[in-house]
Amino acid sequence: MSRFQVVSGKGGTGKTTVAAALALALATAGKRTLLVEVEGRQGIAQLFETAPLPYEERKIAVAPGGGEVFALAIDPELALLDYLQMFYKLGGAGRALRKLGAIDFATTIAPGLRDVLLTGKTCEAVRRKDKAGRYAYDHVVMDAPPTGRITRFLGVNEEVAGLAKVGPIHHQAQAVMRTLKSRDTAVHLVSLLEEMPVQETVDGITELRAAKLPVGRVMVNMVRPEVLDEAALRRVRETPPRAALAKSLSAAGLGGARRGGGAERLVTPLLEQAGEYAERFALESGQREVLAGLDLPLHELPFLAGGLDLAGLYRLAKILRKQGVA
Amino acid sequence: MTLDDAAPEPLDETPPALGVDALLDDPGTRIVVCCGSGGVGKTTTAAALGLRAAERGRKVVVLTIDPARRLAQSMGIDELDNTPRRVPDIKGEGELHAMMLDMKRTFDEIVEAHADGERAAAILNNPFYQSLSAGFAGTQEYMAMEKLGQLRSREEWDLIVVDTPPSRSALDFLDAPKRLGSFLDGRLIRVLMAPAKVGGRAGMKFLNAGMSMMTGALGKLLGGQLLRDVQTFVAAMDTMFGGFRTRADATYRLLQAPGTAFLVVAAPERDALREAAYFVERLAAEDMPLAGLVLNRVHTSGAAQLSARRALAAAENLSEAGIVDLEDGKADRGDTGSGANSPAEQAGSDDPVPAAGATGTATEDQGSPAEGPSVDEITAGLLRLHAERMELLAREQHTRDRFAALHPEVAVTEVAALPGDVHDLDGLRTIGERLAASGAEEAAP
Ligand SMILES: Nc1ncnc2c1ncn2[C@@H]1O[C@H](COP(=O)(O)OP(=O)(O)OP(=O)(O)O)[C@@H](O)[C@H]1O
Ligand SMILES: Nc1ncnc2c1ncn2[C@@H]1O[C@H](COP(=O)(O)OP(=O)(O)O)[C@@H](O)[C@H]1O
Ligand SMILES: [Mg+2]
Ligand SMILES: [Mg+2]
Repeated sequence: MSRFQVVSGKGGTGKTTVAAALALALATAGKRTLLVEVEGRQGIAQLFETAPLPYEERKIAVAPGGGEVFALAIDPELALLDYLQMFYKLGGAGRALRKLGAIDFATTIAPGLRDVLLTGKTCEAVRRKDKAGRYAYDHVVMDAPPTGRITRFLGVNEEVAGLAKVGPIHHQAQAVMRTLKSRDTAVHLVSLLEEMPVQETVDGITELRAAKLPVGRVMVNMVRPEVLDEAALRRVRETPPRAALAKSLSAAGLGGARRGGGAERLVTPLLEQAGEYAERFALESGQREVLAGLDLPLHELPFLAGGLDLAGLYRLAKILRKQGVA
Repeated sequence: MTLDDAAPEPLDETPPALGVDALLDDPGTRIVVCCGSGGVGKTTTAAALGLRAAERGRKVVVLTIDPARRLAQSMGIDELDNTPRRVPDIKGEGELHAMMLDMKRTFDEIVEAHADGERAAAILNNPFYQSLSAGFAGTQEYMAMEKLGQLRSREEWDLIVVDTPPSRSALDFLDAPKRLGSFLDGRLIRVLMAPAKVGGRAGMKFLNAGMSMMTGALGKLLGGQLLRDVQTFVAAMDTMFGGFRTRADATYRLLQAPGTAFLVVAAPERDALREAAYFVERLAAEDMPLAGLVLNRVHTSGAAQLSARRALAAAENLSEAGIVDLEDGKADRGDTGSGANSPAEQAGSDDPVPAAGATGTATEDQGSPAEGPSVDEITAGLLRLHAERMELLAREQHTRDRFAALHPEVAVTEVAALPGDVHDLDGLRTIGERLAASGAEEAAP
């Protein structure tokens, strides 16, 4: 299993949720994972129902079986100061720069610089080892920017290595790219069974592949359960047994089956709903086929009606584990 | 939400209905802005409103930002040329023009319009300009505003319908342009440009010290060439950004002017409605005119009298009976408790439940095929489907009630969810009809 797993996808499809579930799933059997957030939105803290995360690796959950999940919300400004400190021993000058707005300026005017810092900091955690030579984290999972920006985000160090031809920055950028393009890394895309997210997934994969970044899995999120199978749907659409349905409803205790009876009056609206369901079902099947055609491991996570809470997150993690992601 | 038997408490005050047709027909309405958080249907709503207004006789242009591919194709705007195209097959006297925003192109055009050839080329080729124009957070919002200003000043259309960029927060549309502007107007830029101009003498000393320290550090970090690129970029843009800010400010004022109407689009979901509420509050604070809330992708049911709980119980009943059927082959479910499950059956016209012949493997009608599901199985499936729908309805009602309680003054129109996507003019017409329906009921009591 790749040590560094990046989770991207169209906005709102469940990147944060899936990344968190994945981090939990990977923390089985005493393993330790780090869940990294890069967009400064404190989505992880919200999901784990804790106070906002500082710029600091912090344990946020214990996985079943004793594993641990740590989290880190990277603040690009502080990361830049870290870097300046690391490379140039700036000391107090760093704080003065910050006061002047220089850090903000630098990370704003060159959006690429921000991405360099975010990917650099994350890769440092991926590669970090303790004194005994063991990796500090068995896995690092990143709640990454959306599909539209992911290729550029991950590829930014290539640009940097090209711009800064020598020096510490050059080496650093190259080291990050080596990690990102290695088998240690996998970029997963979260999708829904809807046209636009699927289209974005397909486009995103093409871009990632063109940039030689390793594509991992497609995670189909918020999948609704199949309530009526194809045979049943065909039957109700083509030759709905209206009278028999009315009788069956009546037998189930829902009123009279004759014209105007409680059960009989249910038949039309229930069939209508089945028709809508059938249409959605067909649409979803079509999108599922498109995703299957991508020839990547495909995972499905159920839609948890009634909103997603911490318990729901553990459920999703369990499902992922069962599907063999860990 | 649990399977609550009781329908959600009806509100004492249902929100006022939003009269979409009145809004679109009013010649005083010149700009309609569709805002909301991502994926709720802003683009769809904007396109549907544009089409409806055009088919009601107005000359309309729709500025879409990120239409779904098939929708763009159906309007003939899937090619990015950054100018409005007339949409064919519009009924009636009106006209519909549509375009898809090309953010980079719009930015480049401003540069070209404001700088002479050489200077423009220097900016366009600068790596910082390129990253800024290609996807700086806020650039899309900025350029959407810019394009709106351009369309408005052409005075070619009676009505401009604007979609807004996909973003997590609806507020970004209002905030991002200012953020970009204030960034470019920032203290540091001025320091970089001409440290001597800022501050008094004491300030100068500090700034000069800070300046050399910073350029030194940044130079080391980014490399000398990069820093020079930044400085040329800033120098080159500076003359233009006065113009930019003025334009952005003018467009912002346009949004406050009479003739502009904001529609907040939201799905009946917690996050989307929370965003909508923020936006409503913000519009009020900015004196920007809110026309109302479009509640998109709302679910309904023709069998709302049957609660989720009863539907599930009945489904259970049928499934259990089905198992019994399979086991001894002759169970008569009429006796296995159907009566016990219908204490609440209210309709007076109901016939007593016929015990015999109600067994599901019924063979009358078209008869069940030898293979495939039995009628009882299908019925149970239909009931489960219905239970799911009713639970969804209850959740939606709950979030809507919350919004209405907090913002009772906001007029609302509801658009039912279509089972499929909206990807052609007919689909847009349907959405348009639904948009206009609640207001129409209100108008004609
Ligand atoms: N399997 C699921 N079942 C039910 N709800 C879900 C599921 N997955 C995600 N959600 C809900 O969908 C919403 C969006 O999820 P999330 O915040 O993870 O998406 P995201 O892709 O990170 O969004 P953004 O692009 O804004 O960062 C949240 O309210 C979340 O609770
Ligand atoms: N009322 C509706 N019923 C069914 N599908 C809808 C409805 N409104 C929008 N959609 C679909 O939802 C998706 C997202 O809509 P879109 O308008 O692009 O959202 P936004 O612009 O807010 O991101 C599209 O595929 C669209 O066809
Ligand atoms: Mg997120
Ligand atoms: Mg859109």
